[in-house]
Amino acid sequence: MIPEFEKFKGFKAKNLPKDEPLSSGHRACQGCGEVLALRMVMKALGKDVIVCNATGCMEIITSPYPHTAWRVPWIHIAFENAASVASGVESARKILARKGKIPKKHVDILAVGGDGATGDIGLQWISGAMERGHDFVYVCLDNEAYMNTGVQRSGCTPYGAMTTTSPPGKKSFGQVTWKKNVPAIMVAHNIPYVATASPAYFVDLMNKVKKAALVKGPAYVHIYSPCPTGWGSAGERSIEISRLAVETKVFPLYEVIEGRYIISRKITKPKPVTEYFKGQRRFRHLDEDHIAYIQRRVDAEYEKLLRLAEMG
Amino acid sequence: MSKRVGIEVSIAIAEAVGLARAEVIPAYPITPQTHIVEHLSEMVANGELDAEFVPVESEHAAMSCCCGSSAAGARTFTSSSAQGLSLMSEILYIPSTMRLPMVMVVANRAMSAPISIWNDHQDIMIQRDIGWIQTFAENGQEAVDLTLHAFRVAEDRNVSLPMIVNIDGFTLSHVIEPIELPDQEDVDKYLPPFKPRYKLDPRRPITMGPVGIPEVYTEAKVAHDKAMKKAKRYILKAWNEFEEIFGRKYNPVESYRTEDAEVLLVTMGSISETAMTAVDVMREAGQKVGLLRIRLWRPFPGQEFRKAVGKTKVLAVIDRCLPPGALCGPVGAELRSLFYKIPGAPKIFSFVAGLGGRDVTVERFQEIVDKARQFAKKRPRELYEVIGVREK
Amino acid sequence: MKEVRIHGRGGQGGVTSAELVATAAIAEGKYAQAFPSFGPERRGAPVAAFIRVSDSQIRTREKVYHPDIVMVLDPSLPALVNVAEGLKDDGIVILNTDLSEDEIRDKFGIKSKLAMVDATKIATEELGLPITNTTMLGALLKATEIVGKDALFEALEKRFGRLAEKNKAALERAYKETVIVG
Repeated sequence: MIPEFEKFKGFKAKNLPKDEPLSSGHRACQGCGEVLALRMVMKALGKDVIVCNATGCMEIITSPYPHTAWRVPWIHIAFENAASVASGVESARKILARKGKIPKKHVDILAVGGDGATGDIGLQWISGAMERGHDFVYVCLDNEAYMNTGVQRSGCTPYGAMTTTSPPGKKSFGQVTWKKNVPAIMVAHNIPYVATASPAYFVDLMNKVKKAALVKGPAYVHIYSPCPTGWGSAGERSIEISRLAVETKVFPLYEVIEGRYIISRKITKPKPVTEYFKGQRRFRHLDEDHIAYIQRRVDAEYEKLLRLAEMG
Repeated sequence: MSKRVGIEVSIAIAEAVGLARAEVIPAYPITPQTHIVEHLSEMVANGELDAEFVPVESEHAAMSCCCGSSAAGARTFTSSSAQGLSLMSEILYIPSTMRLPMVMVVANRAMSAPISIWNDHQDIMIQRDIGWIQTFAENGQEAVDLTLHAFRVAEDRNVSLPMIVNIDGFTLSHVIEPIELPDQEDVDKYLPPFKPRYKLDPRRPITMGPVGIPEVYTEAKVAHDKAMKKAKRYILKAWNEFEEIFGRKYNPVESYRTEDAEVLLVTMGSISETAMTAVDVMREAGQKVGLLRIRLWRPFPGQEFRKAVGKTKVLAVIDRCLPPGALCGPVGAELRSLFYKIPGAPKIFSFVAGLGGRDVTVERFQEIVDKARQFAKKRPRELYEVIGVREK
Repeated sequence: MKEVRIHGRGGQGGVTSAELVATAAIAEGKYAQAFPSFGPERRGAPVAAFIRVSDSQIRTREKVYHPDIVMVLDPSLPALVNVAEGLKDDGIVILNTDLSEDEIRDKFGIKSKLAMVDATKIATEELGLPITNTTMLGALLKATEIVGKDALFEALEKRFGRLAEKNKAALERAYKETVIVG
């Protein structure tokens, strides 16, 4: 097991940190699940952190000069390279601490990006940083499409979903590919800690982020992040939709600690995927055949996950 | 005491980076730059240099890593060439406007297609407008000296800009020649530790790289442009201080046998040395020919260049780059705009030579001078001429 | 200024011998350049390396077109490559060969001054390997005054450490056995 975890007692709903490294007053859409998730990430990490943000909604809404929502040091360079920027920050702090130019006190390095920045355009940069073993946390805030540019499909867009570049039509039913399994790609890098999380289970989310920070070496947390604007859902339903994604097995919660899969929340009585689809305009056009296919595939994917967890 | 040694220029540059006590070196291999970072990784591996060598997975990642490192307050170095430099291109514009000091040595090489690992200036000319300070070295000694100078200038709080030292791939990078390697004590005297005004530090949080809405974007770019222009003063100051400590003098534009010259060749980089020999040969034969070597390319030293031209009436400008469809090469274009509608301006003729490793010999310089004299009498049809094109 | 072209095959150490001569000359206070034929090198393929040595600063980055000295490390190369190409009229070709002068002139058509030594045999006996790049430097020393022996030995020591002694012995023997004709 990871020795750094032993001292960590875990956050409880009653004793959440009061600090808000990411302040309110930013420019996110109403009901944005992504900024909510990011707020929890920052609460878990606290003040001793340096944030490297990929281009995307979170970067845009928190940093319109001369305003900033950040109470911690934050840098944005470009879209695909947050992990490389984090590599540079981490390397700099290592040598500066070694030379006595900065205090030896540990500072967490967080790289954060959306699903496009992570699973598509930035995959190589993240892979490089993970493989080199930098001590940092990468958080993917997955809202399942390129929202900042106006809802275009990404590799993380779910099967059948409507986006502006996967529109349903006479010859199409929306996104034709299954969601890319980015956490599995991270697991393949043999990094010590990978987890999935959801803002509906915020204590679990914060504990996972904290563990990712505690672990020595690279860690990855993939966080489900509802986007009312892009998904065509009501702003007040973001948390409910997040919970349904877990309860329908569409977005299972698990950790992979040193290669061992541990399911965080076993779904014994799953709800049908149609429950999850309700109230999301992006799935509205799907016919029975497609829904049946999705249900079968969701079940099969979950079975695969269970088998991985059984292997221990 | 400095020591004079026979050493490969790439290795000497790595030694200079070591003498500069670089702290973070993100690097990716590409010919002909590789020997520089290979030697640096060796120095780190042997404990001769206390630095983080980050073997990144691409040049784009190298430049991204440099941004993080400089922003966090570490002295940062990388090196690249051609396709690799172009892969960085998206990021190159960012540390300059963000005022993140770092030093990059570019071993200049031709751009694909066809793929060529050999020397010209196409790779750097397409990065002309990235807003980095840029110098060109003409021999190994200069490559070493300009590398040290680059750290000094880039990190000066009055400048705070990234800087590129251009060295010709192979024709400099792979040549063993005599170089005075400076003494550590002198370098320490010349180069104080990097103390950026702003850095990523939880004790003093700042937001770096925010969104520039239309109300602020223009101002950000104007501030960058002003910084580049203001930088010249500190570039010169750092050269003066360099001379005081190391005894070697550098100027933004160097003149060679320009007195009473009827034609001046204009060169950048290592062909300048052959050009000097060519001028000697031509002077010997009674031709009134001189040479101007541009060492500082960005910010462009217009004033110094005009002064160096003096009363000479004909300039033969050599570009190591052929931008297809353009009016002429970038150096030619720069000088034409420098002298546009200036009373008594010289006639400027633009030549392209030495592409993709094609040698520029003494005979070629003679040919260029002859053509320039001819053009001065009878205006050429085209605004530039490519030298040394094979007929078959 | 003296210009040297070294012919060898990739992996035979032609670049190293160029480097040794240049660093030795520089250590003597002279000016020198050493450089490979620029480009990708494949093991076994014919390659060239170049040296310039001068008493004054060398102000050229041209390739070497008209060498004063050509040194050939591999006995099979003169049959494949015109090793005397561009050689100055009073230039010399230094060959690793077990052929006689007549055979060389007859087979390869080399008309210039020649220095000949069976470096492969010497290297095999002295170093235990048919790698002739340091051995041939003995022939170079005998045939030209491009660099002093002391400086060259120092460069060898710096480069090869404890292996330098064997290389020096091979070099000395080649120096003695080199025959200069024409």
